[in-house]
Amino acid sequence: MDKAFEVLWRIIAGASLVAFVSPPFLFLFGVIDSSALMLYLQQVVSGVANGCVYALVALGIVLIYKATETINFAQGEILMIGAFLAFTFINILGMNFWLGALLAAGGTALVGMGVDRIIIRPMVGQPAFAIVMVTIGFGFVARSAVSMVPGWGTDSYAIERPFAADVFTWGEIAISYDHAMIVATTVVLCAALFLFFRYTKLGIAMQASSQNQLAAYYMGIPVRQIFTLIWGLSAGVAGLAGLMLAPFTFVHTNMGMVVFRAFPAAVLGGFGSIPGAIVGGIIIGIVESLSGFYLDEGIKNVAAYVVLLLVLVLKPEGIFGVVHRKKV
Amino acid sequence: MAKDKSDAILSVRNIETFYGPIMAIRGVSLDVKKGSMVTVLGANGAGKSTILKTISGIMDTQKGTVTFEGKNITNMDPARVVKRGISQVPEGREVFPLLTVAENLKMGAYLRHDRAGIHQDLEMCYDYFPVLRERAGQIAGQLSGGQQQMLAISRALMSRPKLLALDEPSLGLSPLLVREIFAIIRRINKEQGVTVLLVEQNANIALHTADYGYVLEVGRIVLEGACADLLENDDVKEFYLGLKDHGVRGKRRWKKRKVWR
Ligand SMILES: Nc1ncnc2c1ncn2[C@@H]1O[C@H](COP(=O)(O)OP(=O)(O)O)[C@@H](O)[C@H]1O
Ligand SMILES: [Mg+2]
Repeated sequence: MDKAFEVLWRIIAGASLVAFVSPPFLFLFGVIDSSALMLYLQQVVSGVANGCVYALVALGIVLIYKATETINFAQGEILMIGAFLAFTFINILGMNFWLGALLAAGGTALVGMGVDRIIIRPMVGQPAFAIVMVTIGFGFVARSAVSMVPGWGTDSYAIERPFAADVFTWGEIAISYDHAMIVATTVVLCAALFLFFRYTKLGIAMQASSQNQLAAYYMGIPVRQIFTLIWGLSAGVAGLAGLMLAPFTFVHTNMGMVVFRAFPAAVLGGFGSIPGAIVGGIIIGIVESLSGFYLDEGIKNVAAYVVLLLVLVLKPEGIFGVVHRKKV
Repeated sequence: MAKDKSDAILSVRNIETFYGPIMAIRGVSLDVKKGSMVTVLGANGAGKSTILKTISGIMDTQKGTVTFEGKNITNMDPARVVKRGISQVPEGREVFPLLTVAENLKMGAYLRHDRAGIHQDLEMCYDYFPVLRERAGQIAGQLSGGQQQMLAISRALMSRPKLLALDEPSLGLSPLLVREIFAIIRRINKEQGVTVLLVEQNANIALHTADYGYVLEVGRIVLEGACADLLENDDVKEFYLGLKDHGVRGKRRWKKRKVWR
């Protein structure tokens, strides 16, 4: 009976997921016409762009988790700080957009390193649960602190961009410059991170410290400082994500809510896998966009969790996850 | 062999190391002569790993001193201990499982910046363990146990240590492989002039490879001497080499243990 139930569940999950990718095939078999297909692709494109933001936030969470086994619930607030910094540099101080973006990413990286150095490091050795609570606490403090900064407050702001809030067309699909920038930035960032982790001594040392902390100490790798740098890297990425999210949610103390899309993205990819976090983020972006368009608008808010549930039914360890079996 | 303490590269004096309230090391002293190979023998839980961890600064001692090349390195930061020239091959190998063999070796040289020297040492490791050259691009987690041990030893050599500390390199390996690896360790000791401190449960191979030995029981040194002499010692023969007949063993062991404590 249990077995039958499980099979049924899997069929439902599989069929629901297949539905999301069906339109191109329906078009090939002549069931729908090309304008219907274009509408679908339009949603996919904007879904990919939103998904890139989720992916970057999830990537930061996974980087920290892999290294320190801490789940940073304040990643959203760090993103929010990044967006406020970008707003400050670009709007208030009138800097060039790209320079402002770079400084905001750097500033957010410093905030991340500060969080690790001042808040997390003294907690080393405490139960994981306590450390997670501390990150949640930091999130709350950060939100109210930001709201008290003169010039920031609780209002919503838009960051001035050098390109029009406009669209260009690609075939019959309209793509906004904002979306294009998000995708381009994400691609460049992921490539840079890949090269960094693969080919630089520091990048390899970060991997080494994540994989075997004790052995890293034996090699003379300054593990604690490496972890601080990982926090900085992860926060810097979140800062850029905040800047890119700004055109859609505006810069606001609550924009950190995006973590509620990023966490399912990380789990979907198999918590602990960086490619998984990116793919997971993009899948959630696409599903959210499609379900907001074809189904009820309200579904959009829970789409991330529905798709998470469906995928985990089929593959409990996540898309890129590995089943850990402890060797004797 | 009379011990001349003045030419010891490493001297441990009366260290006491705790795990919380548990006293794992109860006043251990030992000397490692420069260029020699010294072994510390002990059963499971005797405190061998704890001694090595204390030397490399992974754990702090409450009492006593560790002196390396005449300088006090007691409770020094692990990275600084590596920089001073003590490198460790940890128990259970502890390779970086998802890094390639070459990347693992590169991490062994983390504190070094002399590219030419690093390259030279890499070639040296590949010459001692040719299988690592063949597997250079492979993920370390996919190597066999013996290959991982070879990698762990090579990785420790990549810091160009003056003293190489090995924690039970024979663990989980076939007798044939153990003999092969110990022979290479001995060659490295002779050819490269690297002093070796070897911690082992496998007394037979350790005493046949090293110069001088200490016997550790429950956190204390109970016996020491040249390996050739220890091999002839009745207690060592009986309790560590298993050479006496079984009739009197249980009784004698109990009695001797009490005396040793
Ligand atoms: N993490 C730990 N916590 C508490 N006790 C420990 C820990 N590690 C080792 N011990 C105790 O310290 C003693 C020495 O351990 P260890 O140095 O690992 O022995 P060996 O390496 O000789 O097998 C043992 O009695 C062991 O139970
Ligand atoms: Mg041990």
